[in-house]
Amino acid sequence: MANDIGILSFGAYLPRLRLQRKSIAAANNWFAPGLRGLAKGERAMANWDEDSITMALEAARDCLGGRERASLAQLMLASTTHPYDDRQNAGIVANALNLGSALASLDVTGSQRAGTSALATALAASGGREILVAAGEHRLAKAASPQEMHYGDGAAALLVGAGKPVARLLGAHSETVDFVSQFRARDVSYDYAWEERWIRDEGYMKIVPRAIEALMEASGAKPQSVTHFCMPCTLSRVAPGIAKRAGIAEGAVRDTLAATCGDTGAAHPLLMLVHALEEAKAGDRILVASFGQGCDALLFEVTDAIAGLAPRRAVKGSLARRREEANYPKFLAFNDHIVLERGMRAEGDKGSPLSTLYRNRDMITGLVGGRCRACGTVQFPRGRYCVKPECNALDSQDDQPFSDIGAKVMSYTADVLTYSPDPPAYYGMIQFDGGGRMMADFTDVDEGKVEVGMPMRMMFRIKEHDKARGFVRYFWKATPQ
Amino acid sequence: MATGIRDKVVILGMGCSKFGERWDRNAEDLMVEAFEEGLKDAGIGRHQIEAAWFGTAIEEQHVGKSGVPLAMTLRLPYIPVTRVENYCATGTEAFRGAVYAVASGAVDIALALGVEKLKDTGYGGLPQRGRGGLNNFFWANISAPGSFAQLAAAYRAKHGVNASDLKRAMAHISVKSHDNGAKNPKAHLRNRITEEDVLKAPMIADPLGLYDCCGVSDGSACAIVTTPDIARGLGKKDLVGVKAIQLAVSNGQEVQYDGWDGSYFATTRVAAKRAYKEAGIDNPRKSISMFEVHDCFSVTELVTVEDLGLSEEGKAIGDVLDGFYDASGKVPCQIDGGLKCFGHPIGASGLRMLYEMYLQLNGRAGERQHPDPVLGMTHNLGGFPSQNVSSISIVGRYGA
Repeated sequence: MANDIGILSFGAYLPRLRLQRKSIAAANNWFAPGLRGLAKGERAMANWDEDSITMALEAARDCLGGRERASLAQLMLASTTHPYDDRQNAGIVANALNLGSALASLDVTGSQRAGTSALATALAASGGREILVAAGEHRLAKAASPQEMHYGDGAAALLVGAGKPVARLLGAHSETVDFVSQFRARDVSYDYAWEERWIRDEGYMKIVPRAIEALMEASGAKPQSVTHFCMPCTLSRVAPGIAKRAGIAEGAVRDTLAATCGDTGAAHPLLMLVHALEEAKAGDRILVASFGQGCDALLFEVTDAIAGLAPRRAVKGSLARRREEANYPKFLAFNDHIVLERGMRAEGDKGSPLSTLYRNRDMITGLVGGRCRACGTVQFPRGRYCVKPECNALDSQDDQPFSDIGAKVMSYTADVLTYSPDPPAYYGMIQFDGGGRMMADFTDVDEGKVEVGMPMRMMFRIKEHDKARGFVRYFWKATPQ
Repeated sequence: MATGIRDKVVILGMGCSKFGERWDRNAEDLMVEAFEEGLKDAGIGRHQIEAAWFGTAIEEQHVGKSGVPLAMTLRLPYIPVTRVENYCATGTEAFRGAVYAVASGAVDIALALGVEKLKDTGYGGLPQRGRGGLNNFFWANISAPGSFAQLAAAYRAKHGVNASDLKRAMAHISVKSHDNGAKNPKAHLRNRITEEDVLKAPMIADPLGLYDCCGVSDGSACAIVTTPDIARGLGKKDLVGVKAIQLAVSNGQEVQYDGWDGSYFATTRVAAKRAYKEAGIDNPRKSISMFEVHDCFSVTELVTVEDLGLSEEGKAIGDVLDGFYDASGKVPCQIDGGLKCFGHPIGASGLRMLYEMYLQLNGRAGERQHPDPVLGMTHNLGGFPSQNVSSISIVGRYGA
C-alpha cells in the first residue's frame, strides 16, 4: 500500500510581470558594476497586489482544477514570507478555496526547505488521505544585491494521496544541519548571506550528496536511474557538481529556471518538480532535493496516470503568461523600497473590522454568492431577498461560488484619480457566464487593451494594505483570461 | 388614492450663495448667505418657519451630523429640523421633505437648506470617504469619475458609436455649460472654453478628461415653501408651483441582476415617467421649457437627456451637436452653467438647480433669461450608474 502514496495532481503560478535583469543592472551600475555579470534573462515579479498567499492559492487552484475538493483532509502552506506571523495563512487559502471547516491545516516555514519538508511530511502522514501542499514565496531583496537578481516570485502546489498517483513516492530522506548559508531574523526584511564559495564547498557539495546517498540506500534505487534531478541553487555549476558526485547522469539535471523565472525560495523545489512532472513520462524517476540548514531529498517514479491528467497551466503555462517589465523603479515601489509621494488619497483609513470579515468570510474570501432555489437566479452578493424583481423570495439562496466562473467585461474605465499603487486603476462591471455580475477591480491588464465583451477570470488578490494595523485585506479581481 | 404633489405647494422664496472656492468662509457662513437671501425673498421672519430640512452629505468635512448645525447657525426657534442625506441627491431630498410637510397640512411654512464645504480636503476632487464596513471589503476601487466614465464604454458598445464622436458630443456639452456659466455671477467657473480645450485636457478616468468633470466647490442654497393661499396672503403674485417630485432608488437590479447594460440610468427612466405623470405632462420634449440635469460628468448629461425622454434612445449625440440643449436651443439644459460651472457642493446642488428654475420662472435670470418659461425640470442624481438615487423635480407657473 505504501507504494501507492504519491502525487495525485500538481499546479503552479508565476506572476505575469518579468523584470528584466538588465534593467536592474543598468539602474545600479553606478554603485554595483559587478552585477552586470548577472544581467541575463528575467525574473518573475509579483504585481503590487500579490503575495505568497495569493500566488500559492493560484497554484492550488491550478492543481485542483475541477477536482472534487470535499475529499481534502489537510492543507499545508509553505513559505518563508507568510504575510502573517499569527493568523494562519493556510486558513486564508483554505477559505478562498471554499474547502469547508472540516480540514486540518498547517503553515510551514523557517527555511528554504519549507516546501519540500511540507511535501515529505504530507507524503509520510497521508495514509491515503488527500493533502494539498502549496508553497508561495515573495522575498524582498536589497537594491543592488545579488539576491535581487537571483530571486523570483512564484508558487507551486501538489496534491498528495493514494489511489492512482501520477508519481509514486519511492523514498525520502532529510538531513538537518545548522549550516547558515543565509538567514533572515525576525523583524528584518532582507536575507544576510555568507560567501558563495563556502556555501558551495562546505554546504551544497557535502550535505546534499550525503542526503541523496541515504535516500538511494533507503529506497533501494540507483542514482543512475534518476531521469529528472530537480535541484534549486543560484550558484552556478553546483547542481551538475552534486549530480556528478552522487552518480546521477549529467543529462538528468534540470533547468533551474534561473533565466526565465528566478529562484522562488521555499517554493522553488516544488516548482521544479511540477515542471519535471509536466515533461515526464511513465517510468521516469524524479529526484527533488532542497537545501537550507540541511537537505530534503525525495524520489518519485512517474506512473501511467500521468497521461490521463487534465491539461493545466502549470509551469509552462505560467512561463508563457508573461509581460516584460523594464521599469525597475516600479519594482522598487511595488516592494516598498522607495518612498513615493502617494498623495492624500492614499491616506484614507477604512479600518479592518474583523467581525464583519468573519460574518462575511464566504463572500469576501470565498467569492460565494447565491443561487435562488425558487427562480434559479444566481447573484453576488447573496441578499436575504432574491434580486430578480419577479421573485424576491426570502432566504431562498444556496451557495454559489463565483471564483471559477468566467466573466465578460460590460463596462470599464482606467481611473487616474482614485488612489492605486499602479495607476491607472482599471475596474468595471463584469457579467458572469450563466448570470450574476459585479463591479470589480481588474488586475494584470495592459493599458489600452481592455474592451467591452473581453473574457475575464477571477483571481484572489490583495485589495488593500491596512497599514495602520498591518492587516492585509484580500478580495477577488478580474483579469483577462 | 394619492393625488400627487402638483400645485399643492408653492415656492415662497429662495436663496443661493455664491459657489466657488470660498476659502474665507465656513459652511455656516454659506448657509447664512443663502438663508438671508431666501428669507428676504420670501418676505417673512425666521419665527414663521415651522419646520426645516437640512441637506448635507459629507458632513464630516464641515458641520457634522444632525439637524443641530442648521438650527444653531440660523437660530431657529426650537422647531423640528431633520438632517437628510441621500448621496448627491441630498439637496432635492431636503426640498422634498419641506414640500411634503406643507402638502400634508402639518405646517404652513417650511425651509429646505443644503450646504457643502468641500474645499477643506487639501486636494482636488471629492473628499475620500469610506463606503461602509462590509462594502469596504469588496467594492471596487471606484471614484466618482471612474464609475460614470463606464457609461461611455457601455453606451458606445450598445449604440455602435466610435470613441471620437462620443467624445465630441461630450465636449459640446461642457462648452455649452461654460457659455452659460460665464453669464452667471454666482457660478464658480465663469470662463468660456473651446471644444479643443476639452479634447486636450488631461485624462481623469477614461474617457473623461478634466473638462468632462464638474468642479468641486463650496456652496449653499435654500427654498422656503408654503401653500398657494398663504403665499397669496403674503402678497405674492405669479406663483411658482411644485408640479412633481419623484425619486427612484436602485434596488440591486443594475449591479446584481442581468437586465441592465450599463449605458443608462434605470432609476431616472422610472422617476421621469412618474414625474411627468404627476405633473400632467404628456410630451416632455414639447412641454418642458428648460431643465437642469445632474451633469457631474459630461457623459452623465448625454445619457440622461435620453433617460428623461427628451432625446430618443441613441439620439442624444445628434441633439447635443445640433444645439437642441444650448441656451438658444429648443430646450435649454444647464441654462445657469450646471454642475459643470457651479461645482457640486453636494447638499446644495439640488436646491441650486431649483433656484435657477425659480429665477427663470420669475423672470429674474438677467442675461440668462429664457423668453417664456412655463415648466422647469431638475434632475439630481446621487451614487453611481450601477446603484444610485435619481430625483426629478418639476416646477412651473402655478395653475399652468
